[in-house]
Amino acid sequence: MNQYQDLASSGIWKNNPALVQLLGLCPLLAVTATLINGLALGLATTAVLIGSNVTVSVVRNFVRNEIRIPVFVMVIAAFVTIIQLLMNAFTYELYLSLGIFIPLIVTNCAIIGRAEAFASKNPVAPAAFDGLMMGVGFTIVLMLLGAMREILGSGTLLAGADRLFGPIAKNWPLEIFVTDQPFLLAILPPGAFIGMGLLIAAKNIIDNRAAARQTAPTDKVTRIRITADS
Amino acid sequence: MKLFLSSSPHQRVKRDTGQVMRLVIYAMLPAMILQVVVFGWGLVIQATLTVATALLVEGLILTLRQKHVERTLGDYSAVVTALLIAISIPPTLPWWMTIIGTFFAIAIAKQLYGGLGFNMFNPAMIGYVVLLISFPVAMTMWLPPMSMLAEPLGFIDTLMLIFTGYTNSGLDITQVRTVADGVTMATPLDTVKTGLASGQTYHEALLEPIFNGGFAASLGAGWAWLSVAYLLGGLVLLRLKVINWHIPGAMIGSVVVVSGLLHLLDMDHYASPLFHIFNGSLLVGAFFIATDPVSASTTDKGRLVFGAAIGFWLVIIRTFGGYPDAVAFAVIIMNMAVPLIDYYTKPRTYGRDRNPRSTSKR
Repeated sequence: MNQYQDLASSGIWKNNPALVQLLGLCPLLAVTATLINGLALGLATTAVLIGSNVTVSVVRNFVRNEIRIPVFVMVIAAFVTIIQLLMNAFTYELYLSLGIFIPLIVTNCAIIGRAEAFASKNPVAPAAFDGLMMGVGFTIVLMLLGAMREILGSGTLLAGADRLFGPIAKNWPLEIFVTDQPFLLAILPPGAFIGMGLLIAAKNIIDNRAAARQTAPTDKVTRIRITADS
Repeated sequence: MKLFLSSSPHQRVKRDTGQVMRLVIYAMLPAMILQVVVFGWGLVIQATLTVATALLVEGLILTLRQKHVERTLGDYSAVVTALLIAISIPPTLPWWMTIIGTFFAIAIAKQLYGGLGFNMFNPAMIGYVVLLISFPVAMTMWLPPMSMLAEPLGFIDTLMLIFTGYTNSGLDITQVRTVADGVTMATPLDTVKTGLASGQTYHEALLEPIFNGGFAASLGAGWAWLSVAYLLGGLVLLRLKVINWHIPGAMIGSVVVVSGLLHLLDMDHYASPLFHIFNGSLLVGAFFIATDPVSASTTDKGRLVFGAAIGFWLVIIRTFGGYPDAVAFAVIIMNMAVPLIDYYTKPRTYGRDRNPRSTSKR
């Protein structure tokens, strides 16, 4: 595997920021009541991740070690401000519905984690690719959780798609079932925690199955690593 | 004389889990029959639904976990959980809600934590709370006692109400609940809570029709007798030593103390201890729910603390919280505190110091 394949598989699966590193759970749990909200926050986070990874990588040889954390935070904050202003200008309704969680991207540990662990030690191209892949991995989890909660909680999918994609998406929302008594638990915070737990469990099952298939012939009991090595 | 030498434990368990669980079910049965007599056929249908769902889900998850299906289903713990859910939900709750609640209790709250003996929370109460916060409207649609309805619900009507939402003659649950004079009747706890919220005093709220026919002024018709029936069932369990007196005793005691203090403080706004004990699900909770051997505290001192704290939270949530009844919330809160309670109430090991810390340091 070359470096880029490695980065891709670790961002999306092996070292997924949400499912394995369990970083950035606050926005993850708070905004995933619908798929579109999850997707929007995921895209915003991805953009910030790429921008901050590139910048941190560019300045990595000029920043003294003692002050690197404040520099990283300011870089991230600058990108978050850009994203926030852009969303305020172009997707105003979405900006309102995500509310405080857009500025809170600054505090998403996944971003400063990548800046510290990867971007500050690697050249620009891999750092940008790492940011993209970590962002994609985070976005996929946000979308899955959002879709689960939206279907269970309100019986729709893609509700509010026009807030993100503009007027062409007016007809995208699907109505899966109609009920006057929605399953509120799925929309409320406990539903987010339970759904997240189930997703992590599902990932571990898949990993364990894959590991069992690879090591099936030997009788020796091996410990299956669930967390990634990086 | 022959002396046998054997290693500990010397005191053997006389009953296995299945026998204990069956005894709990037998103790609940008379009260459940009374509940059917007072509130109609709903409970029979709900109990069938919950028991079937519970066994099915437990069997399914045990198969997935590659465990012994027959042995675990044979311990009747799923049936007890199912029956506890059935008696706590409104008798005409739509069928799919009942199934969701039971599924949650067995699959998430019990089996995902590792099955019987490993569940941190009382499964039945988790199922109930999931339903209560998900479907608050449907979960408070209690029917008044059958004798107060303009037209008592028959078996077919109840069945249709649960499965289609309408009775044979096309009435929905809100219309069925409406008693003769066009007033919808709430549960005793709900009546007093709404009354107090709308500016009535406690004694004015007790003049509502739901309080006619209880054996004391502050007791709801039907509900109070039901509580007495569960109390008797609980006393039988106590006599048979299936449960200890510590949890129910401490729980009822602390409800009396806390609600008594509040009542003495302001008789117009805080209900009396008698009201708290015989309305709602306190007595079921004290004898059948809080005493769950898995999720309750395991030391005698700990059980006293556990029961007393449940009683305290029960009165606090009933009086100041948003929901009329609070057994489920109080039990779940204290379930979370059980490891801590057990840690601080560890009984002294024979021959060791009273202070467990000094022994652990050796």
